[in-house]
Amino acid sequence: MTRPATSRQGAKRLWSRVEEAFDAPFGGADNPLRHLGAFGLYMLWIVVGSGLYLYAVLDTGIDAVYRSIGELSPWSVGGLLRSLHRYAADAFMLAMLLHLLREWCLGRYHGFRRYSWLTGIPLIWLAFLAGIGGYWLVWDQLAQLSAIASTELLDWLPLFSEPAARNFLSPASLSDRLFTALVLIHIGVPLLLILGLWAHVHRIAHVDYLPSRRVMLATLAALLLLALWQPARSNPPANLATIPGAIGFDWFILFIHPLTDFTSPALVWSLLFGATALLLALPLLPRPTAPPVAVVDPANCSGCDRCLADCPYAAIDMTPHPVRLGLRLAVVDADLCAACGICAGACPSSTPFRRQETLRTGIDMPQQPVDALRRQLEDELARLRRCADSVRVVVFACARGADADTLAAADTAVIPLLCAGLLPPAFIEYALRGGADGVLLGACRAGGCEFRLGERWLAERIAGQRQPGLRRGVPVARLQLTHAAAGDADAPTLALADFRSRLNHRAAALDKPPPYSRKAAHHA
Amino acid sequence: MLKPAAIVGQALLYGAFAAFIGYFASAPKYRQIAEDVALIKLSISHLGERDCRKRTPDELAKLPPNMRAPMDCPRERSDIKLEVDIDGQPALRTVLHPTGLYKDGISTVYKRFEVKAGKHRLAVRMNDKLTRPNFNFVKEAEIDLAPARVLVIDFNPDQGGLFFK
Repeated sequence: MTRPATSRQGAKRLWSRVEEAFDAPFGGADNPLRHLGAFGLYMLWIVVGSGLYLYAVLDTGIDAVYRSIGELSPWSVGGLLRSLHRYAADAFMLAMLLHLLREWCLGRYHGFRRYSWLTGIPLIWLAFLAGIGGYWLVWDQLAQLSAIASTELLDWLPLFSEPAARNFLSPASLSDRLFTALVLIHIGVPLLLILGLWAHVHRIAHVDYLPSRRVMLATLAALLLLALWQPARSNPPANLATIPGAIGFDWFILFIHPLTDFTSPALVWSLLFGATALLLALPLLPRPTAPPVAVVDPANCSGCDRCLADCPYAAIDMTPHPVRLGLRLAVVDADLCAACGICAGACPSSTPFRRQETLRTGIDMPQQPVDALRRQLEDELARLRRCADSVRVVVFACARGADADTLAAADTAVIPLLCAGLLPPAFIEYALRGGADGVLLGACRAGGCEFRLGERWLAERIAGQRQPGLRRGVPVARLQLTHAAAGDADAPTLALADFRSRLNHRAAALDKPPPYSRKAAHHA
Repeated sequence: MLKPAAIVGQALLYGAFAAFIGYFASAPKYRQIAEDVALIKLSISHLGERDCRKRTPDELAKLPPNMRAPMDCPRERSDIKLEVDIDGQPALRTVLHPTGLYKDGISTVYKRFEVKAGKHRLAVRMNDKLTRPNFNFVKEAEIDLAPARVLVIDFNPDQGGLFFK
């Protein structure tokens, strides 16, 4: 393994530990670290909403901009919205950078994720452009510092025939029109940012545009309390004849100015362009061979749309079936397919009760076909049946979650899955009717699925909230869904012990579904 | 239903998040230059002169009547030589080149000089036609700069050339 790859693996372990630690108070669904994209979008909507009000009260003019914003009483609605505008913008920057860090730590920039990664990088530039420009609009001493420092930094590039910093040379250099232009830029750049965000996520299905309601309310409450406790205020008005003294400084957005002062424009531009080039080049770095993508079998695809509905990456499209008139056929876009197998789990043809010797389903994973899954399950059930005196448990576990291989024993069969979402629920019934006393399902923690939706879809399918579901009559008490991350080493053992204990206390065979053997059955 | 420990944990973490945002949104304070320092900004944008030549009567006669301009001026502008002395010490010696592919654009300079607040002797010399041996614009003055004061050295031919403001 190369040194950068080793560093990233270390960063991944560290990030995962922090994220998992946040699960303790928040739970997966409400853990902001697991939903940084949605959290950032929520902050952006607060910025946009509060910005609309500020736009309405802002007077464009050298003195008017300062007066119109500065006159907002800190504890009035307008003042609170101004504070929210500032703090939400800072939180957006923080969420955006953490989102970038998280995706890098988790190695999410290759293959089917390359598009989202590449379209995300320009958004960082747009966000800082919008943020820095926003500070100029107040035209206080901080705005003066930022405007002069920004234009001096820009002037290092051979962009303008005259130095842009000349616009801020003396009070006489300024005109009211400048602020009209700045307002338009401060509206235009965020609009571009929103457009870019649409492009950033448009290849993803079931996008979380907002975090959970609990996270939204708690974050809004935290920012409102902050706005009341420490309202955003203007510094003294700008005066181009003097240099601002020590002033309150927004380090989230304006850190580039001190960085330039302490180094040089050449170094700062080298850092900015270098970092951008490095981020853009990351998807081009060598990586392990991409796994095979999902394959559609037209003879078994009924065009039911379930794979289309469940695919987390919009990799499936439907076209008219070439042979079966009136039906449609799933088509897989190999560039978008994550090879998770969630589509195979969604396919109604993936039921193991079908009599075919070789189980062929509508959409399947070459590296873990449902036929192989059925054979493996049948072999394991045959082995478990020899263990008549014990409680026999089949464990279906996501290979990316906690390591369940250690659970394998004479009375426990462990079947790893590409993703928990690959498991067709009919396999649970098949295991119970084939001799298992219970089925333990091991999925990743909520919000922690490598493929975003695997654990969620599995939970919804077995709860009957999503098709294909468990058939009526399957005793759910003989089923346990457990969530554990790769670092939760003891979780599978504890979950199995707990499950066994529950099964041991059940009246033997009272609620067991009728036995079933495919070889002896006379129907499909 | 959230457990009390989870509620306390969430409250602490949301509080820490708000405190983190609130602190770094305005602190620590930043001072760009030291308290007892003033700033001299040199910012000049000027078109160098063109190196014109008077046409001889023979040359004029050879031209069509409608093109007999007495002066032959090339498109290119001259480089501009600029010198700045602060308290008798050379602070800048530079030659500004015209912009544009045909060197017919404006020549610009933008520099900052941080100086201690107080009295200084400032001298600026500029020659905008290098075939001429001497500086054709010179400005010298004793200046008294208060702390944090910004003094601009600019050039405007309509205001007599170099000026301080």
